[in-house]
Amino acid sequence: MISLAGRDILHAWGKFAFTGVGLGLLVGVTLTMAGVYRGMVDDARVLLDNSGADLWVVQQDTLGPYAESSSLPDDTWRSIRNLHGVARVANVTYLTMQVRTVAPTPPREVRAMVVGISADGVGQPGHPGYLVAGRHITRSHYEAVADIATRFQLGDRVRIRRNVYTVVGLTRRMVSSGGDPMLFVPIKDAQAAQFLKDNDALLRSRGRTAQNPTLNRPGVPGLLEAVLATQTSNSSVNAVLVQVEAGTDAETVAAPIRRWKRFTVYTRAQMQEILIAKLIATSARQIGMFLVILAAVSAAIVAFIIYTLTMGKIREIAVLKLIGTRNRTIAAMILQQALGLGVIGFVVGKISATVWAPYFPKYVLLEPGDALRGFIAVMLICIVASALAIQAALKVDPAEAIGG
Amino acid sequence: MADLDRQRGIHIEGLRKRYGQGDTAVDALKGVDMTVAPGEVVGLIGPSGSGKSTLLKCLGAVIEPSAGRMTLGGETIYDDGWRIHDLRALRRDKIGFIFQAPYLIPFLDVTDNVALLPMLAGRSNAESRRMALELLQALDVAHRAKAMPSQLSGGEQQRVAIARALVSRPPVILADEPTAPLDSERALAVVRILNRMAQQFATAIIVVTHDEKIIPTFQRIYHIRDGRTHEEAGAGRAFD
Ligand SMILES: Nc1ncnc2c1ncn2[C@@H]1O[C@H](COP(=O)(O)OP(=O)(O)OP(=O)(O)O)[C@@H](O)[C@H]1O
Ligand SMILES: [Mg+2]
Repeated sequence: MISLAGRDILHAWGKFAFTGVGLGLLVGVTLTMAGVYRGMVDDARVLLDNSGADLWVVQQDTLGPYAESSSLPDDTWRSIRNLHGVARVANVTYLTMQVRTVAPTPPREVRAMVVGISADGVGQPGHPGYLVAGRHITRSHYEAVADIATRFQLGDRVRIRRNVYTVVGLTRRMVSSGGDPMLFVPIKDAQAAQFLKDNDALLRSRGRTAQNPTLNRPGVPGLLEAVLATQTSNSSVNAVLVQVEAGTDAETVAAPIRRWKRFTVYTRAQMQEILIAKLIATSARQIGMFLVILAAVSAAIVAFIIYTLTMGKIREIAVLKLIGTRNRTIAAMILQQALGLGVIGFVVGKISATVWAPYFPKYVLLEPGDALRGFIAVMLICIVASALAIQAALKVDPAEAIGG
Repeated sequence: MADLDRQRGIHIEGLRKRYGQGDTAVDALKGVDMTVAPGEVVGLIGPSGSGKSTLLKCLGAVIEPSAGRMTLGGETIYDDGWRIHDLRALRRDKIGFIFQAPYLIPFLDVTDNVALLPMLAGRSNAESRRMALELLQALDVAHRAKAMPSQLSGGEQQRVAIARALVSRPPVILADEPTAPLDSERALAVVRILNRMAQQFATAIIVVTHDEKIIPTFQRIYHIRDGRTHEEAGAGRAFD
């Protein structure tokens, strides 16, 4: 027996190719949407991996430092360092902002996550592990290490708030959970960028403090100066990253910090849960919605085209039935055509997704597993979509071939 | 001999067909008797609405008669309310159809259009194509065996359709206005082919027609009027 579906596709290949490409672009968009989600999950994973931390110590009752804001006194690390099982601790600040180059010109703006790290702490948690060019930060001011996704070059000068920094090193795949590339700067600078008030605000706040009679008492010399000093200090960080000693359970280190130090502590697994279940959950649902709509649109397109192609063959189908073709054979012909369309669509979609994924500004991770699931979904959609046409074909009366 | 022929050709007795029921019922066939022997080509003519298509559909096993007996190729198909089970297989194995238009499958080439029937009946592709080529040769279209139907002339298409009707050597061929779109030379050629094939393959052929050009060629003609048939000797004009 010859393949009726195959012959029909070869005969009307133009129609099939055209529809297949249209369907393929939809499939490509669908696979890309899935890739965007995978990219977000992967960004979160990479963020946690690259931080090198086993525990995140944050402000009590916050989901910091990535999902909510958190601030801790910057000497917190001292009391944690001496706990049993702790190998290394490091202060860290995170602030997502627009970073603008000042040299070379013309200036360029990049959205980046500015990460404050201690200048002398190579290998400490929070540090960029691997450099593709240049060197680590060695001075405690005005140096930066940038992720290559910022497209900064070594020697570029970038402005963050009031200060200008020189890019001395480049790293890769260091991104925030939102996919923004990271820019590492010395922690003192980062603290200033995040917590330091501008001069006018400082002036106003000084004025207010000076006018407050409880803080500016005539009989207490030095009180006003002391109060002003505490107000202008920027001695906060967003989190303390902790590496535990090899062989130690992170949870046994976390428990005393929670109980005695009154901080909230997250383990690696809990942090991942926060990032994936909370931070990108809405985006994931958003993408899920898109996937549902794309599936429905694809199904409608396949159903419409298969139905149209079948309606164009009603006379032939009546003749086929009259000369004794089984209903099963006719249904199989239509189903195979729908599946053929699906295969063309999937191949076109997979290729286009692969071609355009690198051009997306954020990381798009195309997983073979998703491709497989996509293929199965496309095939199922095609099967469902052919139902209408099959039903119409089965209703055709062989007597129609004889006519009136 | 007559009995044997009755059995192996087409034989119907008291065939009735009523469409619908109650007030709107239409008695399209009111007791039709007809016998066509193997090797014979008979004409079936009648005015519009007389029941020609209805009779052809009953003979073609696509609608069921309301009453009467019918045997095709020696097999009883209907017998007063009883019918054989698998009408689809019956159509495939026992009946060849030729229509006013060729109705070839546009996406199959000439050979496969003809070979499709034996393939559907479960024969191998190679054997089916061999059978098809044999008939295409007999009908003088073997040189177009690889062409698609859209590349053939109207006459060639009709000959391919005839080849398709004949390929499984059915005992019965039903032709519905097979010459309507053809000029008189081509129409006569088709009738000539049908006669030759009837004799060569011992097929009983019924040709429904309005076509004045070919009516004189039949040996026997059934007139159908108001759901009843009357047999009549035709001119039986020989071909040269
Ligand atoms: N499906 C149907 N339902 C009800 N009545 C029908 C149906 N088909 C045919 N008829 C009626 O049965 C009668 C015979 O119809 P039939 O189609 O057999 O005529 P015909 O001889 O083929 O006519 P024509 O030469 O115009 O094709 C007509 O009166 C027609 O109206
Ligand atoms: Mg009719």
